[in-house]
Amino acid sequence: MLTRRLIPCLDIDGGRVVKGTSFVNLRDAGDPAQLAALYDSEGADELVFLDITASSDERDTMIDVVRRVSSQVFIPLTVGGGLRNVEDMRKMLEAGADKIAVNSAAVSRPSLIEEGAREFGSQCIVLAMDVKRVQDPVTAQRPGTPRMVAEAPWQVFTHGGRRPTAIDPIKWSRIGASLGAGELLVTSMDADGRRAGYDLDLLAAISSSVDVPVIASGGAGRLEHLYEALAAGKADAVLAASIFHFRTHTIQEAKAYLAERGVPVRPAPAS
Amino acid sequence: MTGKPRIVVIDHRSANIHSVAKALVRCGVEPVVSSAPEDLARADGAVLPGVGAIDAAMRALTRLELIEPIKRFVAAGRPLLCVCLGMQLLFPRSEEGREGGLGLVDGNVVRFEDGMHSAYGDGALKVPHMGWNRVHLSDDARAHPVFAGVPQESYFYFVHSYHCRPADQARIAATTDYGVSVCAALIDGEIIATQFHPEKSGVVGLRIYENFVAYVTARAAARAAG
Repeated sequence: MLTRRLIPCLDIDGGRVVKGTSFVNLRDAGDPAQLAALYDSEGADELVFLDITASSDERDTMIDVVRRVSSQVFIPLTVGGGLRNVEDMRKMLEAGADKIAVNSAAVSRPSLIEEGAREFGSQCIVLAMDVKRVQDPVTAQRPGTPRMVAEAPWQVFTHGGRRPTAIDPIKWSRIGASLGAGELLVTSMDADGRRAGYDLDLLAAISSSVDVPVIASGGAGRLEHLYEALAAGKADAVLAASIFHFRTHTIQEAKAYLAERGVPVRPAPAS
Repeated sequence: MTGKPRIVVIDHRSANIHSVAKALVRCGVEPVVSSAPEDLARADGAVLPGVGAIDAAMRALTRLELIEPIKRFVAAGRPLLCVCLGMQLLFPRSEEGREGGLGLVDGNVVRFEDGMHSAYGDGALKVPHMGWNRVHLSDDARAHPVFAGVPQESYFYFVHSYHCRPADQARIAATTDYGVSVCAALIDGEIIATQFHPEKSGVVGLRIYENFVAYVTARAAARAAG
């Protein structure tokens, strides 16, 4: 039986993992390769690396990170952040990435998804999106007034969540999948960092409208949240950062919890 | 033979070539990543990787004039490890493509049917089959050196929308469950093929590469001894 995946996310700036970590047994908690190896040994099913600077100046640093991690860790690696064309993608794949996450660049030029899928296969292309609830969709749709915002209760934001697009994430998910994205990585900006749970309505809405796997992101604070994203949110995988970085829980604990609640998970590898 | 075996990773511009090469490096060999037929002719063992569309891969193999060299390599009894699309390329035909495959193993490649349901959850199974699934090894696989030390019911990483149906069921070396029983690995003479990605399946996957390297080394030594 196919298992649900648990995916730690590592934000990278200047070749280092940023966002706080509290590892006691690592010499250097900010080193991406060390952290990746630790998560791998604990049973992480994949790893996601995001270049949070998303700038071409940082590209070589990121390539070096991917190269180092991929020669030590043999699980799927997704890399994203500022990759704008097929050549950017190719460099990451050559460095050892398995999947490329595209976000803002795909919104401004959706054919990027198609080009990447044609060149490398759909399994390589992850469409990432940052989504926020629209403040008050009801007032925006008062009878007799023109609809000024997306009808949907959510909106896609780009450029690290700074720029609204008026794009409905559910429609964007369908478009992305039809253009060839093999997976969707859906981050709720409202939930992100609050540790109060994923946006389950958003996840369920997207998951039931596309055939490709959906990775839930943003909001994990307790193990129960992971379960909810997979059960009520119908996600295929859950991504989390601080819950693992701060050692609130280890990957083993998370998997043991999910298994207890009847979710199929891959046990941590025997060391 | 002395020293390390010559292992070629057949480069047909598939996106997973680098991770295959890295797994081999981790196992202590320096693989030759090459699309040159003469490199293949000199190799003790080879890996045929592959992801993406089957027609694109067959066109690349044709353009690179690798079809006949691969067939000769297999006919010469050299070990060939085929991964994911590399396994599907072995068959003469696939529902995915218009062009035929290599035709080295009899059978066909079919798409997962829509609307299959899993025992867990209420939704239909998604296509592609993507993620870690549990693999059941056949008795033949358990006795084969390439699967030595791989625990029964281990988890491996899969990404595929089509799956292989060898005409001879006895070739099926491992299965996994995704709505139907899926051929997860096959063994046919010196061809060893996996639908999953051993290079992305952590420690247990690396074990298969280590075993393959040892197997290639042993076969080359046996050939040298005549």
